Amino acid sequence: MQEVSRRQFLQGAVGGGAAGLAAFGFDAEAEAATAEARELKIQNATETRSVCPYCAVGCSMIAYTIGGKAANTQPVLVHIEGDPDSPINGGTLCPKGASTLQLALNKRRAEHPMYRRPGGDKWERIDWDEALDKMARWVKDARDDNFTAKDDDGNTVNRQTGFAFLGGATISNEEGYLAAKLMRGLGTVYLEQQARV
Amino acid sequence: MTNHWRDFRNSDVILVIGANPAENHPCGWKWAHVGRDERGTRIIHVDPRFTRTSAIADVFVPIRAGTDTAFFGGLVNYVLEHELYHEDYVKLHTNASFIVAEGFKFEDGLFSGYDEAARSYTTTTWDYERESGPQGGGGPKPGLGQGTTSTTPTTAPSFAKVDPTLRHPRCVFQLLKKHMSRYTPEVVSQVTGIPEDKFVAVAKEFAATGAADKAGSVVYAVGLTHHTSGLQIIRGAGILQMLLGNVGIPGGGVNAERGHANIQGNTDNAISWEILPGYLGIPRPGMETMADYMAKVPAKQLRPNSINFFGANYKKFLVSQLKAFFGDKATAANDFGYAWIPKPAQNSSWLTIHDEARAGRLDGIIYGGFTGVTVGPDSRRMAESIGKLKWLVIMDPLPTTASEFWHAPGVDPEDVQTEALFLPATHWIEKSGSFTNSGRWAQWKHKALPATGEVKDDNWILGHLFRRVRDLYRKEGGALPEPVLNLFWPYSDPGNPGLDELAMEVNGVDLTSGEQLSTFTALKDDGTTSSGNWIYAGSWTAEGNQMDRRGTDDPTGLGFFHGWAWSWPLNRRILYNRAGADADGQPWDPTRPGLRWNGKKWVGDIPDITATSTPADAKGAFIMTGEGVARLFAPGNLTTDGPFPEHYEQTETPIDNLLSGTRRNPAAFLYEDAPASFADDDAEFPYVATTYRVTEHEHYVTQNVPYLVEAMPDFFVELPVELAEKKGISNGGRVKVRSKRGEVEGVAIVTKRMRPLRIGDGKVVYQVGIPVHWHYAGGKGEGEAAPMMANLLTPYIGDANVRTPEYKGFLVDIEKA
Repeated sequence: MQEVSRRQFLQGAVGGGAAGLAAFGFDAEAEAATAEARELKIQNATETRSVCPYCAVGCSMIAYTIGGKAANTQPVLVHIEGDPDSPINGGTLCPKGASTLQLALNKRRAEHPMYRRPGGDKWERIDWDEALDKMARWVKDARDDNFTAKDDDGNTVNRQTGFAFLGGATISNEEGYLAAKLMRGLGTVYLEQQARV
Repeated sequence: MTNHWRDFRNSDVILVIGANPAENHPCGWKWAHVGRDERGTRIIHVDPRFTRTSAIADVFVPIRAGTDTAFFGGLVNYVLEHELYHEDYVKLHTNASFIVAEGFKFEDGLFSGYDEAARSYTTTTWDYERESGPQGGGGPKPGLGQGTTSTTPTTAPSFAKVDPTLRHPRCVFQLLKKHMSRYTPEVVSQVTGIPEDKFVAVAKEFAATGAADKAGSVVYAVGLTHHTSGLQIIRGAGILQMLLGNVGIPGGGVNAERGHANIQGNTDNAISWEILPGYLGIPRPGMETMADYMAKVPAKQLRPNSINFFGANYKKFLVSQLKAFFGDKATAANDFGYAWIPKPAQNSSWLTIHDEARAGRLDGIIYGGFTGVTVGPDSRRMAESIGKLKWLVIMDPLPTTASEFWHAPGVDPEDVQTEALFLPATHWIEKSGSFTNSGRWAQWKHKALPATGEVKDDNWILGHLFRRVRDLYRKEGGALPEPVLNLFWPYSDPGNPGLDELAMEVNGVDLTSGEQLSTFTALKDDGTTSSGNWIYAGSWTAEGNQMDRRGTDDPTGLGFFHGWAWSWPLNRRILYNRAGADADGQPWDPTRPGLRWNGKKWVGDIPDITATSTPADAKGAFIMTGEGVARLFAPGNLTTDGPFPEHYEQTETPIDNLLSGTRRNPAAFLYEDAPASFADDDAEFPYVATTYRVTEHEHYVTQNVPYLVEAMPDFFVELPVELAEKKGISNGGRVKVRSKRGEVEGVAIVTKRMRPLRIGDGKVVYQVGIPVHWHYAGGKGEGEAAPMMANLLTPYIGDANVRTPEYKGFLVDIEKA
């Protein structure tokens, strides 16, 4: 089979499209489409190196964002793909990795802190200060009420069994370390994460 | 993984068991395909289901879920009986020659020391016979064997006795041989359902990697760990690989494929009840001082050629960690704050935590990215447990079954008095930080997007929580305020500790010069060094962030890529690589020289041992054990259920144990009320069920991703054609699956990929496959009447050692819906 360059292929595709469109009377638009080849959406994007948040292959990724450099603007994520330089994945991604843009920009994401009262059937909006004050009070009371300095055998144990911390497996090493340091500092013995389950 | 993803390319034979990497780890698994194309790598796949991995394998071996110990026992027996082990390797790098003390016994499925009432073992008889040396009394002096062998004694009373000929009737080699002799191909076939001839063919093929110049890899995932005897299954894999000389070599190893982006890193950094960062044991009651702890926890040197690097340097690692935890408040005068580290009274793992909640003994849980109810097991019980809490905090980017637990099936929100906070957290792409993959490669990622709305970083939440709690202790006092007030918090923004600052803290610093350390051998036990996690020392040195490197050179051609990212420890790409070379330091296979002594130093990968220590000095590749070699026999309290792997049936099983009168794992802990929810036999629930994932799904979070939901849109149940015919179930119709704990309903996939197996004296067993994914907290499961949560079915019991739940191989019934 004769080799077709990427450019020839794109031209062919657009031409075929134009022929198809012409049948419906869209000649003007079709001409405009063929006159101007489409720009790649990542052409002016900023490349940022990332790592896939799913399984533990650790595929290296490139995230492409546009804008966000001028004052009062935010970058827009336009594309994520595998990093071709990586000896781990060599640019490939699986269906999950290839669709991470939809995980990052997801309409189900919570936008603000919420509170659920006892017996309640809905979340209610709460501001961060109030939420953190509440959480700090819960944590301190649970620790104070369930702190064992010495056990029944007289051993120094300095443990709190009032609350547990269960961490996820998509937080970084640095976040995981901070959580472990903080929780041990509070005397927490109930400290677990996804690895065991 | 002892090895890493890219290394599959170097294997001659890969045994994949309890894993489906072509489906679940495709971009790492592709290196096995490259190996197949380049060097003819053979792939053997052992699994209850014929999957995408089976489709590209050379051999597919169907197995009954939960019988992997018997399978590995059979392989070990085959290797020993046919003398296919790598003899020089076994003598040099395993404890085969160690003599076991006289009291050790094994009878009818039980090892010596079993207490039936307590359902646990006293492990004192699981020990080596010791030398009674001329010095008399006492163990090796502290500080011996610190990275070199020049100061180690040639004998000591506490050293284990050995018989280098491997003939002593109580040496590990002979005991292993005797123990495994019961796992004949015939018995293995009856237990596992693998046809005997197929088993023998596979045993023969994999055992051939025992040749010095062959490399065999064992690749597994949670299909091996999700059992009451999960740890012993992995031990079986390890023993097999040690006998064949497959550990420490390119293309070899025992390779766990982990399921989440940083599950390896967060294990290393110890969000795990039983360890502190860097796998230092959590202190237990009775270890009043650091001296007590050091006397009991670190391994002791057991042989003259054992480097015992971990045991000998344990104090340096702990003291440096306490300096990172408590800063200037950790001093020699206060034992570096050792007393402030909590000492747990009991197992405090996932199952125990939720059992404590269920019993009303826990006030609250903070879930930081963890979908509690569906993670299960026994999701109904999980929801009940969480509903007993006074409070619950969820830090997550998306709603989870933990955040919406008051909408779980069978729960009326009005009855749930738990107060809850949902704190929206950033996604991985909105922050920097490192992820450590299965192959131990830590890669730095960069923040690509800012957080939107009121979304905050996890560190921002924990930072602000800490400052508030500390202020409350300053104002009000309370229970032992010192560790809270003294927690070292030097971050430039105390409300949001920087990820770069933390990475530098984790690596470690010389407190005298202020310089970042480049290796853990620089750590000291006098408080002059700090390191949050010794195994990450070298990840952020004076030269900068090593995890952010992007070098693509591969000078050895073996795929080490030492310039890409950074792997622990010390950028080593294959663990125990010293064992990949013979006594003279020459690689077992000259065409795959992972490590080689060139007369002056070790070259190739980063060696386990000091780069300039001579082969004669550096025989002990296994620097983390007191033995200096790998353990075919695991002595003392290293395990709770036996020094050798032994097959027991699953908690729920269609058959008696064909190997002994001990039906189930005798040391698996039974939680309150849980046994009443287990099926005693297969009368009411005749089919074996197993859970799994498909490539479009990652646990649960992907039900929020439209492309993936479109690609794999519904909950389904896979079942064999023969069972479907028997039950009048048609492909594409709906089925109900019921266990003693719950019921799910979904689309029937009737398939020849799941074959009936013959076990025992010909009993036919049908297996059913159920993917884990859907739930009620947003997405497909929301508002639908039929529960789609696989873990409604699974039993509330865990592995005898590590309490990983038995998600695989439980009993169900199935019917047309």
